[in-house]
Amino acid sequence: MDNSYRAGGPGRLPMRAKFATTVGGAAAKVSRLAGRDGSVISGIVGLRLEPELLSMLAQGRHIVLVTGTNGKTTTTRLITAALKTLGQEIASNSFGANMDAGLTAALSRQPDAQLAVLETDEKYIPATIRATQPKVVVLLNLSRDQMDRAAEIWLLARRWREALENAPGTRVVANADDPLVAWAASGASEVTWVAAGQAWREDSWCCPHCGSHLYREGDDWNCHECPNRRPPVSWVLAGENMIDPSGQTRPIELALPGRANRSNAVVAMAVADAFGVKVPEAMRGLVTVTSVAGRYTQVTRNGTDLRLLLAKNPAGWLEALDVMAPDVPVLLAVNAQGPDGRDTSWLWDVDYRRLRGRPVLVGGERRMDLAVRLEADDVPFRLVNDLDEAISLARSPHMEVLANYTAFQQYRAVVGRTE
Amino acid sequence: MKTLRLVWIYPDLLSTYGDRGNVLILERRARLRGIPVETVEVKSDEKVPADGSIYLMGGGEDLPQTLAARRLLADGGLHEAVRAGGVLFAVCAGYQMLGHDFGGSDGATVQGLGLLDMRSARAEPRSVGEIVADVDPALRVPRLTGFENHQGQTQLGPRARPLSRTLLGVGNGDGTEGAYQGKVLGTYLHGPALVRNPGLADLLLRWATDSELPALPPEAETLSGRLRDERLAAVSTAAAQ
Repeated sequence: MDNSYRAGGPGRLPMRAKFATTVGGAAAKVSRLAGRDGSVISGIVGLRLEPELLSMLAQGRHIVLVTGTNGKTTTTRLITAALKTLGQEIASNSFGANMDAGLTAALSRQPDAQLAVLETDEKYIPATIRATQPKVVVLLNLSRDQMDRAAEIWLLARRWREALENAPGTRVVANADDPLVAWAASGASEVTWVAAGQAWREDSWCCPHCGSHLYREGDDWNCHECPNRRPPVSWVLAGENMIDPSGQTRPIELALPGRANRSNAVVAMAVADAFGVKVPEAMRGLVTVTSVAGRYTQVTRNGTDLRLLLAKNPAGWLEALDVMAPDVPVLLAVNAQGPDGRDTSWLWDVDYRRLRGRPVLVGGERRMDLAVRLEADDVPFRLVNDLDEAISLARSPHMEVLANYTAFQQYRAVVGRTE
Repeated sequence: MKTLRLVWIYPDLLSTYGDRGNVLILERRARLRGIPVETVEVKSDEKVPADGSIYLMGGGEDLPQTLAARRLLADGGLHEAVRAGGVLFAVCAGYQMLGHDFGGSDGATVQGLGLLDMRSARAEPRSVGEIVADVDPALRVPRLTGFENHQGQTQLGPRARPLSRTLLGVGNGDGTEGAYQGKVLGTYLHGPALVRNPGLADLLLRWATDSELPALPPEAETLSGRLRDERLAAVSTAAAQ
């Protein structure tokens, strides 16, 4: 089999796979004409015609898979931006369609791209590793998320580990500060360890290997009952700075706000390094990313500057509350549709006391759940029916808007119409 | 007045999804009535104190559930507390653990704490969704509304009584939901079960203080009342469609 660097693309695909990508592409065109984004349909149609299509399309390419509970979409964008400095075409599923149809669509859209950076759903990563034989797998973090439909996280970690044990050619770039991730990653033959930090710790008080209570001091962790401990790291997020494997410290320059994004940026630079991209070039790429699929978008509506933040689970809300400018009014919105998880219990895992002292507006389809939650934390708030009511009640030049998935999409549709 | 002592057992192992909510609701409803309250979080490497008023156990994945059961059996503090008349409230995985045994991760039977006369086994399919149930009238608790997410089926023995009868959802799997025996009470309503069911929180407080409780000022019940009504209305609309 020809494994040379230029070997990818449908020129080498079997007849049936070529047919599958062509028909799939036509379906995407129709879908876009119908006003949808077309990011998945070509994959669905293609896979129906040729179930092995993803693995055929992956062959001969250099693939990076990015997974974790939080930060997948953003990190995928940051890695893509860093690798762009190589001057090559890069395939990516930048719309967040991260299961097999989305990945297949992304690869068939760009048949000639030798590089691909693919955000991958955390449940699908074992199958995707088998199908695509990636050069690099990025493991960001693992925490509780929409458990009415997602798998339990200890179980997920075990599946990641098993998949990586059977992928000898794959390098893993993993967050050493997340004990579940570190345990999963240590199944791989080659690991680049990144001290990417961990703000949310409520899912990692116990050793994933033996179940004993973990001892944690600062970012360090170890188990007293088995040899499991934090591995030695080569890339470090240190406040506003990063330390590279040579020991050099540099400030992280990003247009995106917050600790979580600095963490994502250090991971992106470690991945870029595996492709021979030096830190200064990678950094120049990263700073070009200003918003990711609407997240962090800043818009003005009815005289108020809004910043849109998306967070889907307790760890994400913790990081988002950390990003907010002090004293600025905040609109919180929660829905519980299918993609959000139909269970709102997670609201009780978020500590809202830090919102005391600033104006808080509460919206979304499940605003009563949030209202009772805030009442228990003694955070005063006002209920609102929509974005414009929040803006008129806030009467402020700035407002932060933090919403979970479908609530975010609803607000984004509203502000989109003003642009 | 005597300080009410809440003991949250093993939040490092048993706190999968919003279980802190039950602690916060009990604290709030005690404080609003002028009952001094303090909360102790007992990690899985610590001894369970025997002098608590209300013990809380949350949900957990299979492996942590098995580990927690093993530790609590070895520790003995919880058993001592229950013998001394302490109140115990457990949800989901914590509820299953209270029986004689339950189904572990690979189908193995795991020894439970034996504090409720019942046994649990794994069942297909997983029960996920809204649940509504009418509580045993002896307990004077209004209709339960909550969310269940479990893979267990629970059979009660003669000494445990069903907490409620399901109108919607699966619960124990035989038309009943939850169980109680003395002042030990468990339910499949997962996570912050007391948030939508302040009446259940008040039952635990009544048991713990051994006295009737004054009603809360109406404004303190407005939001939780609206949430309850909204959730109950949402499922009855869904059922009617």
